[in-house]
Order: sequence, then structure tokens, then C-alpha cells
Amino acid sequence: MAASVNDTCKQSVERTSLNPTSFQKKTRNKLLSIPGTRLSVQNGQLLVSTGVTSLDYVLGGGLAVGTVLLIEEDRYDSYTRMILKYFLAEGVVCQHELFIAAAQDHPNDIFQELPDPILDDVVMHKPADQPRLSSEPHGNLDAMKIAWRYQNLPKVQSGLASSSRFGHYYDVSKTMEPEIRQAAKCHHFYLPEHPRQSSATRSPVLDSYAALLKSIEEVIRREGFSVAAPLTKSRNILRIGLHSLGSPLWGDDLCCQDNPKHSHALTTFLYGLRALLRSSLSVAVVTVPSHLIQSRSLRGSITRLCDNAIALESFKGSERETGPLCKDYHGLLHVRQVPHLNCLTSQLPDHKDLAFKLKRKQFSIERLHLPPDLSETVSRVSRADAAGAAALASACDSGNKHLDF
Amino acid sequence: MFAELNSILNVSPEHFSTGEFVLLSDRQSDASFLLHHFLGFYLRAGCQVCFVALAQSFSHYSAVSQRLGVNLSQAKEKGQLVFLEGLQESLSILNPHDARTGSEAMDFLRNPGAGLQCLFQFVSSSVDHSRGAEDGGRGPPVLLVDDLSMLLSLGVGVDAVLDFSHYCRTAICSQLKGNVVMLLRCDGEDDDDDDVGSDDGSERLLRGLTHQCSLALHVQSLPTGYCRDIHGQVEMCDRRRQAGGQQRKMTFHFKVHDKGASFFAPGTSSAVL
Repeated sequence: MAASVNDTCKQSVERTSLNPTSFQKKTRNKLLSIPGTRLSVQNGQLLVSTGVTSLDYVLGGGLAVGTVLLIEEDRYDSYTRMILKYFLAEGVVCQHELFIAAAQDHPNDIFQELPDPILDDVVMHKPADQPRLSSEPHGNLDAMKIAWRYQNLPKVQSGLASSSRFGHYYDVSKTMEPEIRQAAKCHHFYLPEHPRQSSATRSPVLDSYAALLKSIEEVIRREGFSVAAPLTKSRNILRIGLHSLGSPLWGDDLCCQDNPKHSHALTTFLYGLRALLRSSLSVAVVTVPSHLIQSRSLRGSITRLCDNAIALESFKGSERETGPLCKDYHGLLHVRQVPHLNCLTSQLPDHKDLAFKLKRKQFSIERLHLPPDLSETVSRVSRADAAGAAALASACDSGNKHLDF
Repeated sequence: MFAELNSILNVSPEHFSTGEFVLLSDRQSDASFLLHHFLGFYLRAGCQVCFVALAQSFSHYSAVSQRLGVNLSQAKEKGQLVFLEGLQESLSILNPHDARTGSEAMDFLRNPGAGLQCLFQFVSSSVDHSRGAEDGGRGPPVLLVDDLSMLLSLGVGVDAVLDFSHYCRTAICSQLKGNVVMLLRCDGEDDDDDDVGSDDGSERLLRGLTHQCSLALHVQSLPTGYCRDIHGQVEMCDRRRQAGGQQRKMTFHFKVHDKGASFFAPGTSSAVL
């Protein structure tokens, strides 16, 4: 986050502090050249890739250093876990340090399940050759004969990607080679290994969250990720992955009860996490099973305490599974919040209806298109009823369709 | 400072009324751009500003204000701005070591149910201290709070926040003839939500503060859906004394740019006309 960018180049800022304009000399490029990061073109933020290229595009180029990405889990926690693994795998490939915390599985298990990176640049994203269509209107084999007025319009880009390549692709069917894994430095926090301790100075947070916060702060301080640390060695980014916070395994009754006793434990923890991240070179991805939280205002305050927030809604097991949407996509992706960091505007996505699809070599997020309804009975139903109609149609005798006018 | 908002509110850095309590609220939107406007406005007017920033770090506000033409670090050095960075101060309490650093303003984190006396002590001492120490060239004191919903998230009760706002209003608006600007973020559209018990209290707080305030700016997203060119609508309820004793209710659409925000009457967006 620019907290880090601004503070580490405080010397250059103070020299230009008398400058009344907002123009800052670009000396920061010399000070921070951390592998796996790049500067945002919009507001000069230091960005890292989430591991999923289309998610980077949705979030405005990448995840800003010093911010938290909240992923509201889908019902069976399959795709959010996948995104968490992509995030950590990206950290291994970019030689960042990792911090994994979980209460359910041992972080080592998560670490061993990371997908294998595709390190040769064979897989290129297709929309790169879309604009060529509009620049070559004549002599084109695809020249339109009937709708020729639409010839020069650019094709609707359903796949989301930016022009410059940032981030890697991963092959989900294989796990990462142990040699690549060994090279990465990984810190673990497994909740059952930390017994409840009553220290003299009571922290107002819940015990488990307090231990986690303390552990994160220790790692940041010890390994020199803090912005205030002296610039003796080369800087690196710490990627923090927190799995399923707020679930009952963390000792929190947020998801179990209508009126939880510790209703503010998770929000206070997130506040402390935000404070830690703003003053260090780290990025966090937090997954929360928010479909279990009853109170909508609590979900809202959890979202507001994190900077980026997305929610995954998978079609698995829902009634939409037989609908027309399911053939192409695995679920919907909702962007709940995009932050505005160091500027007034935020990088809002162009479209709010996004769907995701997990392919073997890519987790793609695309703009939702309903496929054209080519059945003989044109069903004018909404998306929600589409599954119902499809189920009904499959239940009836298909021969009836021919008799309908 | 947004020039269009100044003309809408009929104020300018040279001429503005004192003793006002301005409430900025939003629902599923982000009203913090208005807070940057007021921060720049009062710093340009030469007021003594106390900024309780719980939501973001100092560098964020500094970077945004730089783009709007105000230098926060300079104001802090001169003493015109007293800045409480809640994030940094809270770390020493949430992660307790034996060495205590920082002011006691965030002490309410240790026991959120007890109330916000320590925060109010900080506010009143910073406002009084600066008035006594400096030459009388400063304008009236101004308190800006960003934002109250963070206090609710940290476990402080709604009553404590209402008491805190009442104390601030009494101390700053009535006694010292200054202004208070507070930001409150709510969520959800359903007022008649069936689970009243699990309501975080932000609705109740919003109603209580709207009753106390003299100018309320409520930011919402467009009721017709998401639009890239119009970022939302602002409902303004103006009960200030100069309005002739009656309320003035207006609605505007706005769009936030890099260097400001533009406000226009509904339907007159430049994207449409």
C-alpha cells in the first residue's frame, strides 16, 4: 500500500515537501524493486498478483500491498480454497514469504496442495487479438455481409484480462514440485498447536485471534517486513493466507448463533490486521464463511473492515445446477467492495455480473452471458426460474414440445 | 475542497457558519470523499482541526489531500492539525507488549463496553491545548471523525457513541463555537428487517445523530442500479439557522474524479446530456 511506498521514500518526499503541486518525483522506482510486484498505472500503488489473472483485472490490476482481500466463501469452500492456493502458489513463484494460518487443516497440508505453475509462456490470453478486427475492416475473411454496420465495432470482450502480463498460470491437476516448494519460506499457524494462554496483559480480542495477531506481528517484526525497519537488506513481500476465519473452529460463535457473544471479536481482529498491514510490506487474503453469519450488519462491517471484498457463489448443489448457466460456468462472483487507496476514486469494475469457471489451466472470470435459448419453446423466464423451467421441461415428455405452438 | 459543494451549501472558506454539526452518512456506498472535502475546506479556512482517523492511515489522507491541494504534513507541523491515527495507536493495545507507547485515546479498546471517555478527553485536550498555546490567529476549532461505524465494529455500544457525539457537540459547537463533522457508514436497505436484535446499531445511531445534526448529507448508490458515470446520489437535509428556520431537502447526483467530485442535479449528468 502506499503507506509503505511513501514511508520508505520519506527522504525524497521531505525534499519535495515544499512543492505545492501533487507531482512526486519518480524516485520510488529505485528504492523498491521487489520481484513479483509492479506499480499501478492509476495511482502508483505497489501491486502484487493474486495468482488468478482475471481476478487481478477485476480488482483493478492486482492486490495492493498493505491491503486485505476478503473472500466470502462458497457453500462447500471448494473454490475459495482454490483461490487461496493460487495466492500462495503465486507467492512461491515470485519468491515471497508465506504465512498460512488455519484451524481446520494443518497449514502444511495446504502448502503441499499448491498447484503446479506453468512456467513456460505458452498459454496466452486470447482477447489480445480482439482489437485487430476493428483496425482491418477490409480484406478480412470474416467480413459481414448482412450486419455490415457492426463490422467496425469491437467485439464484446467477455474474458477479462489486461494487456500486460502479470502473474502466472497454474495447472490444477498437478501439485507443485517439492523443489520449488522447498525454496519458499513458509510460516505456519495451526490453531490446535497454540494452547489457550492467559497472559498478564489481556488483549480485548478473542484468545485465538489474539494469538494469531501476535504471531503475525512477530513474523513481520522478525523478518523485517515492517516499513519502519531499516533498509539494510532487499525487501520482500509477506503473503498472509488466513483460512476460514470466523468459523467455529477458531472458537468464535459468530457463525453459530443469532446473537453471538463475541460479535466483535472478528471485527476487532480485522482492525488489528489492517493496522499491521498498513505499516508493513504484506498482503493478506482472508476467507470467511459469511453464508453462516446470520446478521447482515455484521457481514457489512466485516466487509468494510477489509479493503477488497469478493464473494463466490458456486452452483454446486444449488437448484441452479441444471440451469443453462451451469453448463458454462461454475458459479457467480460478486465484487462487494473495491477500495480507494491514496486517491478519491476506486477502480470499479465495468460490469457487476461476473461468473467464474475453473478450468485445468486457468481460473477464468468472465462477464456473465446467458446462452441464447435455442429450444423450440422459447422460455421467457428470469435467471432464477431458468432452472425450474429446465427441470420442468426435462420432466415432461419431450414429445409434447412438438405439439406446442 | 469541492467548489460545487461549496456553492450548494452556500459556504466558502472565508465565510461559513459556526456551531454546526455535520453528519455524513452512507448506505452501501462510500461517503469518505465528502470528509476529504471538509478537511480541505477547514484547513484552508484556517481553523484548528482535530482529526480522529480510525479508518485509514495518515499517508492515505495525506496523499488524497495533496491531490486536492492541501498539505497535511505541513499543517501538522504548524500545529493547525492534530491527527489521531487510530490504526497505529490501536496496535499497542491489541497486541500488548510490556512497553506502552502512544496516547491513551484508544484505551477504550481494552474495555469497549465502558464508553468513550478517553477519546473525548483526547479531543477536548487537543482542542483546548491548541487554543491556549497558539496566537489568536486561528479560526474556530473543528472536529472531524472518520468513522463512527469503526467504533461500533470495535464493540463500543450505540449509547456510548451517542454520548460521545453529544459531548463533542456541547464542548465544541456550543462552548467553543466550532464545527463537528462525523462520518457514519451503514449498510442494508431494509429498515424493517426482522432480526432487530442482531442489528449492529448503526441504524439507531444514524437516527439519533440525524436528530442531533444541523446538516445531514446522505450518500447512496443510485436506486436504479450501477452506473459507471454517476457514482451515486447525495441527499442533503439542511437545517442550519441561515436557512430561515425551515429545512431544505435536496438531492444531487455526483461523480468522483481523481481531483474532486462534481455534483449535478438528477438527470443532468454529462454522460447523458
